[in-house]
Amino acid sequence: MSTAALTNPAPTPVPARTPLVEMRNISVSFGGVRAVDDVTVDLFPGEVVGLLGHNGAGKSTLIKVLSGAYHSDAGQILIDGKPVQIASARDALNHHIETIYQNLALADNLDACANLFLGREELLGSGLLDESKMEDATRKVMGRLNPNFKNFHAPVSTLSGGQRQSVAIARTVHFNARILIMDEPTAALGVAETKVIHDLIRQLKKEGIGIFLISHDIHDVFDLADRITVMKNGKLVGTVKTKDVTQDEVLGMIILGKMPGTKTN
Amino acid sequence: MSAIGRIIARLEVDPRLFGMLGALLVIWVGFDIASDGLFLTPRNLYNLSLQTASVAIMTIGMVMVIVTRQIDLSVGSLLGVLAMLMAVFQSRILPDHVFAYESAWIWPVTILFGIVCGIAIGGFHGWLIGYLGIPAFVVTLGGLLFWRGAAWWVTTGQTVSPLDERFELLGGGVFGTLGAQVGEWSSWLVGLIGIAALALGAARARRKRVTYGFPVRPIWAESIVTGIQCIVVLAFVTVMQAYEMPIVAANRFAEARGIPVPEDGIHIPEGIPIPILIVIALAIIFTVVLNRSRFGRYVYAIGGNPDAANLAGIDNRRMIFWVFVVMGLLTAISAAVASARLQSADNGLGTGDELRVIAAAVIGGTSLMGGIGTIGGAILGAVVIQSLQSGMTLLGADSSIQNMATAVVLVLAVFLDSLYQRRRKV
Repeated sequence: MSTAALTNPAPTPVPARTPLVEMRNISVSFGGVRAVDDVTVDLFPGEVVGLLGHNGAGKSTLIKVLSGAYHSDAGQILIDGKPVQIASARDALNHHIETIYQNLALADNLDACANLFLGREELLGSGLLDESKMEDATRKVMGRLNPNFKNFHAPVSTLSGGQRQSVAIARTVHFNARILIMDEPTAALGVAETKVIHDLIRQLKKEGIGIFLISHDIHDVFDLADRITVMKNGKLVGTVKTKDVTQDEVLGMIILGKMPGTKTN
Repeated sequence: MSAIGRIIARLEVDPRLFGMLGALLVIWVGFDIASDGLFLTPRNLYNLSLQTASVAIMTIGMVMVIVTRQIDLSVGSLLGVLAMLMAVFQSRILPDHVFAYESAWIWPVTILFGIVCGIAIGGFHGWLIGYLGIPAFVVTLGGLLFWRGAAWWVTTGQTVSPLDERFELLGGGVFGTLGAQVGEWSSWLVGLIGIAALALGAARARRKRVTYGFPVRPIWAESIVTGIQCIVVLAFVTVMQAYEMPIVAANRFAEARGIPVPEDGIHIPEGIPIPILIVIALAIIFTVVLNRSRFGRYVYAIGGNPDAANLAGIDNRRMIFWVFVVMGLLTAISAAVASARLQSADNGLGTGDELRVIAAAVIGGTSLMGGIGTIGGAILGAVVIQSLQSGMTLLGADSSIQNMATAVVLVLAVFLDSLYQRRRKV
């Protein structure tokens, strides 16, 4: 029974590997509100961890601590078992933490190349942008991910949702992401485009990238995630292995904030 | 798509640029007909270029300010106070305490002083806006009032005149041109260098794309675009060369330099005015900065999506600070040009310029929502506004009518642009 395994932490299969990321006892407050309250999560290489919870459960806030957009008031972040400071988006990028946001990721007025290299432009000896080199790299990585992509010089505002998302993913691939945060990556996409993104996620996983997947869509998460972490009202409800639980049990965690098997009083 | 539309698409030039050039052409030809051929004369176009220079210089900075979703309402007042400071510095402080009267050092040191003041004030604005988070509208509205008042205090309202003789050359005037200062053929030389740079630049960019295996424009499209650019350069130089120094001034000029004067007087082509050289140089420099440097890329990124920029590791506050520093720098140069043209500075100099500068940027395709705008377009916008004003002056229209007409053009331009944007989105 899964209950036994949960109530009594298993002594046998201790993972030989250290986690890629551990976020320990993280708390974030906005004014008087505790958006994230003493939450601990971890992520192994080649693993997808789904983060679930209602709006306002604190999952986006938690993940923005990792991507450097927010500061935690308490807690610790470890990468490869070593404590690190992530004070800015730049720090996160230096630790190969890449983030794909639902709608925040791209500067709409810039083209695919400019977005792909935003913040990390290639420069010529003169200090000017090496646009040819960047376009070349963009064409190569897009050719791998989305061979139909042609609009390299159009502002990304003129592209479809799927094309935009593939630009965002291309960015992480090009810069050798080790830890990938995906915030509702398919929320704005149609069925066919969602499938493309799912295939991409599986491919990234195979390459040993660890992925935090934030989603409202429980099917999305069951399809892709190895483990599922549920939050409610800023607190951690628990983390379960996807293959050990049913969708109803996870819904129970989201709605009631109860671990599967524990009694509802 | 029509045949012309297809051709324009193959040229890969922003269709709005064609729209603006078309509008300018209509305005020019219209005024020329209405004024019985007075508008399109070398003399009028020469004066038009001089009148545009000061606003055009500030427009370069305003494009960056607006692209980052900010605004600067203080540039007119800032121009006033900087012109006053430079005027007092060059006509009282420097000759009395540092250099000899009419020393050749006065003008560069004065400009340096003005630039330092401009950068300091612009940086102060940028600090209030970027780091303290006070909205740019409020800070620069305060600046509009404060610096106009400060301009009065520099001399408690006295007009400073005349200015240093060499400094005045920056305003153009009769002697402030390449023709007068360097030589009869120097403007042609500048034009030829420009054409060579355009052609070589286009060829180099094309060769690079071919080496990388990127798609390139068809060679005919490339030739048309570069050809049109070269024709514009040549036409501009031709017109400026066609305007000759007024005969009395030319005779005096020739005598002072020991050039023999023929019986019927000497003909000296003015050529490119110095302030226009300054505009061209600044436009080129800042176009390179905006399009080819990290700084410029971040300016656009912040305007397109400040959150995305921030998440990409860009320090938005620092960028906004620097954008206002650049605005201050350009306002200082503009103040030098404006006061040099009038050969004096008074505390009202630049009044209303903030609106002309913003209008020029907006007519030139800069979006007040941020993220979109080019320096070339904005300078064209400045030329459009100045053409309207000087054209109407030529027709004897009252300044109240001029303002009303400028307003109509401003609103119409933004309306047409929004129509275009909406059509492109769908």
